[in-house]
Amino acid sequence: MQPITRIQSRTVVIPSSNIDTDQIIPARFLTTTTKEGLGRQLFADWRYSSDGAADPAFILNKPEAQGAEVLVAGRNFGCGSSREHAPWALLDFGFRAVISTEIADIFRGNSLKNGLLPIVVDEATSHWLLEHPGAAVDIDLEAGRLTLPTGVRVPFPIEAFARHCLINGVDELGYLQSKLEAIRRFEALHDRATPSE
Amino acid sequence: MSARTLFDKVWTAHEVIRESADTPAVLYIDLHLIHEVTSPQAFSMLKAAGLRVRRPDRTLATMDHSTPTNTDQVFGRVPIKVDAAARQVRQLESNAAEFGVELFGMRDARRGIVHVISPELGATQPGMTVVCGDSHTSTHGAFGALAFGIGTTEVGHVFATQSLLQRKPKTFAVNVNGKLPRGVTAKDLILSIIGRIGVSGGTGHVLEYRGPTIRAMSMDERMTVCNMSIEAGARAGMIAPDDITFEYLKNKPRAPRGAEWDASVDRWRELTTDEGAAFDKSVDIDASQLEPMVTYGTNPGMVVPIGATIPDRAGDAVFDKALRYMGFRSGDAMLGKPVNTVFIGSCTNGRLTDLEAAAHVLKGRKVAPGVHLLIVPGSQQIKREAEAAGLADIFKDAGADWRESGCSMCLGMNGDTVAAGMYSISTSNRNFEGRQGVGARTLLVSPYTAAASAVRGRIADPRELL
Repeated sequence: MQPITRIQSRTVVIPSSNIDTDQIIPARFLTTTTKEGLGRQLFADWRYSSDGAADPAFILNKPEAQGAEVLVAGRNFGCGSSREHAPWALLDFGFRAVISTEIADIFRGNSLKNGLLPIVVDEATSHWLLEHPGAAVDIDLEAGRLTLPTGVRVPFPIEAFARHCLINGVDELGYLQSKLEAIRRFEALHDRATPSE
Repeated sequence: MSARTLFDKVWTAHEVIRESADTPAVLYIDLHLIHEVTSPQAFSMLKAAGLRVRRPDRTLATMDHSTPTNTDQVFGRVPIKVDAAARQVRQLESNAAEFGVELFGMRDARRGIVHVISPELGATQPGMTVVCGDSHTSTHGAFGALAFGIGTTEVGHVFATQSLLQRKPKTFAVNVNGKLPRGVTAKDLILSIIGRIGVSGGTGHVLEYRGPTIRAMSMDERMTVCNMSIEAGARAGMIAPDDITFEYLKNKPRAPRGAEWDASVDRWRELTTDEGAAFDKSVDIDASQLEPMVTYGTNPGMVVPIGATIPDRAGDAVFDKALRYMGFRSGDAMLGKPVNTVFIGSCTNGRLTDLEAAAHVLKGRKVAPGVHLLIVPGSQQIKREAEAAGLADIFKDAGADWRESGCSMCLGMNGDTVAAGMYSISTSNRNFEGRQGVGARTLLVSPYTAAASAVRGRIADPRELL
């Protein structure tokens, strides 16, 4: 996982609220057995017409979306299915952060584990961002701060351990494995207290 | 000790290491369910790192999401139509064999939707932590387990360490009083709850469904309620176990036996929320006032009583976009809306009592001309039970398409899809755009309403046919 400390990018805005992971990547693409190359299928049903042609009116097909690393979306982004293919597809397209007023629990966890930064902001900030697509924003993860091109600085919450992992490119599995002795001790007692069969 | 919630008791009993300001808790996982769609990349990670599955005995695998429901394809008389699905099936077979994980494979008589078979086997038990790379893992909370969906990276974490890093969620009491009226089911209750608290109302929380209405419910009904907790944004929903739970579990293949059964029940009886325990949030629902519910939009919170009209939210562009997708207008009555496909099945409503409800309506009646009624049992066991009880004959006599078990048209991964622009009246859990096929329009309902709508050929009030 690439360490993240700072993201400076234009935004891409998809203003819908309650964007579910079926929209981010439809289920028919989940038959893959790898993580790679899913960016092509990101928002497939909004992005391509039934004959597979790119819809020039959809934001991800416009020149201004190319190279953008920050996606701004309406309330409750990433709800629904637990498919980790959703952050994989967003990352493969080139996004490194998602900004909304609310981000669904499972999607948020999956994003953090893959180096996609989920940023929750207040209504006013969200409203401004939704109204100003293409705004150049500056995200400082260490400070937990989003700076708008107006100079307004918006602090955003980020769980301490997740921030540590993102900044240092640390894989959470390594941390869990460092606790295996404690897991073994717990398990010995737990297996006896609650026999499985 | 101060009064504690059911959630708090189960959480605390699984804390290997408590959370601190700097680090999340290390939470021990009792039961890890896996399937073919969200496990391949986790197995690849194990292989790349040279790791084993730490506790194969706490891991249970099946295939359900992309598997065919066509009998000839399931039993190998013809190839699986969807190539990529066939590849996933083969990959799970080889991964399970390589890592020593028990697999209920394609032709196993115990195969089925993962959230249906684990309870059926008695593998899901009160007080457990249960995870699966699937958001409807919340289903298992019906047993007083803490059960939630995880991503594939976390599937890998559980494989390697039987543990997860988790922040402790908040608690949300859903208090339900009153008797459900005739024709109003657990599905209508959970749709009402989602309509009331919203599709993100439970975000960051674990729901506990409480009160006399819940206590009166069968395990099948409780599973339907807990199943859709995620549709309210909550990763988990729980119901305290009671005699109905214990009666369901007794003599199930993996339930404890003899003296161990008695000891387990004694332990499980402690799994209730203590009098006076505080929740972070709560809502009160009067079940006696509910009606059959139907969704009209593109998320499960866009839901009304079946006799109602579609609300008007002038100026809400997202709302209008959803109605355009559905081909509906504000002010339209839901009764009488067109029906093309009816799907009865899924981890929400694919259990035997759901099929009984559908059969109750379909008995001696015919599916309306031009309507395709697809009935997919939640497991092969339920299929056999439904056939033995004569339900399958009722379905076939009515003109329904009776299949092998699986997730099927709930998410249309296996080729069971709804065509663009067509209306699907479905007992599943998600009416998202394109969920059941590109451009498909889904209306979520109970098995009663689905069956009644299949017979009438339009959205119908099931109470007319009961």
